[in-house]
Amino acid sequence: MNDTAERKLILCHLWVAFAAFIVACFMGEYQVLERSGLLPALESPTVYFASVSTHGVLMAFVLTTFFIMGFGYALASSSLKQPIWNKPLAWGAFWLALVGVVLAAVPLLLGKASVLYTFYPPMVGHAAFYLGATLLVIGSWIWCAIMLVMFTQWKTANPTKNVPLAMFATAANALLWLWASAGVALEVLFQLIPLSLGWIDTIDPGLARTLFAWTLHPIVYFWLIPAYTAFYVFVPKQAGGFLFSDEMARMAFIVLAVFALPIGFHHLYMDPEQASGWKLLHGIGTFVVALPTLVTGFTVIASLEIAGRLRGGKGLFGWIGTLPWGNTMVLAVILSLLMLIFGGFGGIVNASYAMNAMVHNTAWVPGHFHLIFAGTTVIMYFAIAYYLWPLLLRKPLFSNQLALLQLWTWFIGMSILTTPWHVLGLLGQPRRISTVVYNNLLTLAWKPYELMMIFGGLILLGSACLLIYNLVKTQVTPYAGQFTDEIDYAEPIHKVGVLPEYLNGLTVWNKVIAVLMALSFGFPILQFFFMDTFGSSAWGN
Amino acid sequence: MQTEPTQSKNILLLREFVSYLRTLHIDTLEQKWIAIAMMIIAFLVGIITVDALFHGINPPSKVETIDSASVHLSKEFAEDNLGVQRDNSGKIIVRMVALRYSFIPKHLEVPAETPITFRWVSTDVLHGVNIPMTNMSTMIVPGYVAEVTTTFPKPGEYPLLCNEYCGLGHNHMWSTIAVIAKEEWVAKTTATPPALTK
Repeated sequence: MNDTAERKLILCHLWVAFAAFIVACFMGEYQVLERSGLLPALESPTVYFASVSTHGVLMAFVLTTFFIMGFGYALASSSLKQPIWNKPLAWGAFWLALVGVVLAAVPLLLGKASVLYTFYPPMVGHAAFYLGATLLVIGSWIWCAIMLVMFTQWKTANPTKNVPLAMFATAANALLWLWASAGVALEVLFQLIPLSLGWIDTIDPGLARTLFAWTLHPIVYFWLIPAYTAFYVFVPKQAGGFLFSDEMARMAFIVLAVFALPIGFHHLYMDPEQASGWKLLHGIGTFVVALPTLVTGFTVIASLEIAGRLRGGKGLFGWIGTLPWGNTMVLAVILSLLMLIFGGFGGIVNASYAMNAMVHNTAWVPGHFHLIFAGTTVIMYFAIAYYLWPLLLRKPLFSNQLALLQLWTWFIGMSILTTPWHVLGLLGQPRRISTVVYNNLLTLAWKPYELMMIFGGLILLGSACLLIYNLVKTQVTPYAGQFTDEIDYAEPIHKVGVLPEYLNGLTVWNKVIAVLMALSFGFPILQFFFMDTFGSSAWGN
Repeated sequence: MQTEPTQSKNILLLREFVSYLRTLHIDTLEQKWIAIAMMIIAFLVGIITVDALFHGINPPSKVETIDSASVHLSKEFAEDNLGVQRDNSGKIIVRMVALRYSFIPKHLEVPAETPITFRWVSTDVLHGVNIPMTNMSTMIVPGYVAEVTTTFPKPGEYPLLCNEYCGLGHNHMWSTIAVIAKEEWVAKTTATPPALTK
């Protein structure tokens, strides 16, 4: 964020992210409408599944990856107070990833890759879809390398200082993503691309699912860590207080990065290709990773309480009212935490091993991840955008009032969308159906909830448009004044002494991850090469 | 040969780690919260583990392979064998084939309050199946036999739905299952064999 060139790099990343986001929002609303059967003219499984696949790719891969890259550059350059390392390489990564997105978008929009963003072999889409996704991931790997180089260079230059918390979190996320993406990379490079190009005739879907499960859990922490980073490094200051504990924040990021990785089998609980012992082991690990989230909840709420009391709040709950609710970052964190409480509860249900049978692949699951990702996580992306836009453009935000309205409507819309979605799951509705044609009385009970979802989706769509309007207006409105604001990091309430290496570096943790991954994925992957498996040939959609 | 020095080095490292841990500033309130959080997690993990290890409550996890391309030629899943059957020990086994876009057979009848073992195979892509309001749920991955044993407590007519995206006709993939009272089922099944006719 130190000069115009850097600000442009960051802004370009964030604009790609939000452009993908707004397109995907329109698709989301179309999908709830199509699925409800309210407008028979809309009904088309071809369009519906092309839309679902594109919506998933845009939200889960494009919005997240570009946002995380741009935000990472902003945090690294501002917290380390040094220029972004190798800017031409960073631009190269940007263009590579963007070309990848365009390459994947063509077959997606033409309905030639309606295999959903989770791939699902032996169904196979057009090869361009997988090649595009690969380029996007390679772009993100270059970003990881740049982050880790900047982290290491700064540490070497400042041996007696602690790495700033914002950079520590970003580097931990880069390490997490390098490990996380290895699973899907193996699946795409050795199974999906060769199969889609006809180089091989069959693949083992059991192995493919195991490799995808490797990625599927930590990827959600890759998306979540930027939100948690904002919780720790921006929120306390924006609320007018201090960070409750810098060390606990580091511990939380470490446990997130380490334990998010070896636990992916909770996505395979209902699968026949892995044995119950491994599933139980991963299930227990899944509960362990709830710990850093519980700690984060405590630290963030404690930081807010400090701020509320400094602002004159009295009594057990009096500090809540004195918080600056008109500050977008503070409002967003409150709404985000509210959604985290309910989403986290749902997550515990999903994680509960055999109990998963009751909700697996029902509408409960998309209800859950919309609440926790599109709710908890993405609302923080908005708050970060509102915070960074003025700093990147060197002019104030077009409208703070509109931004507050946008955050509230996003929260309300998400509650109205996801509550009936969860209920539908409990009423047995499967996910990923384009219309309800089951000739059964049970489906009558689904109707009112589907209608509620359309309403929730409409509010969300309006809210998303409001976000884009505000960001565009900020960019195009001329500003004559002198803009002097700089990025402002929260200070810990207790001064932090010199930290030991394990709280200031990632080398040790990288080794711990390697051991845990070998233990939890070694045998489950190798088994496919030792038992008699039968390949599946490719199927279109 | 190298083990002993490595071991003592590791112990040293561990000691160092613990002593660092002691110097960490963790607020007493936060310490209490961490203890509570850990107890909640231990409680939940405890329930799951005890249920899994001592009550046998596990998700369907029988790692058994089959050639999906020639399921119709296999003895077990030949057309005549599909549906509800009793094996030699009297166990009720339901064999079903999942393929785009139906489950075979289209209708089943099983008794309530009786353990029933379902065995599922796919002949093409990924499928999943669940019977709403029950815990009968499993993924059906081509190349593998998915086996799940459950008991239906309540009689009734249930749908049996594909719950994994398997192609554009995914939402047309379903069968029905009638769960009938145990006595009724016993009467029905024992009436047919010729040995019992007067």
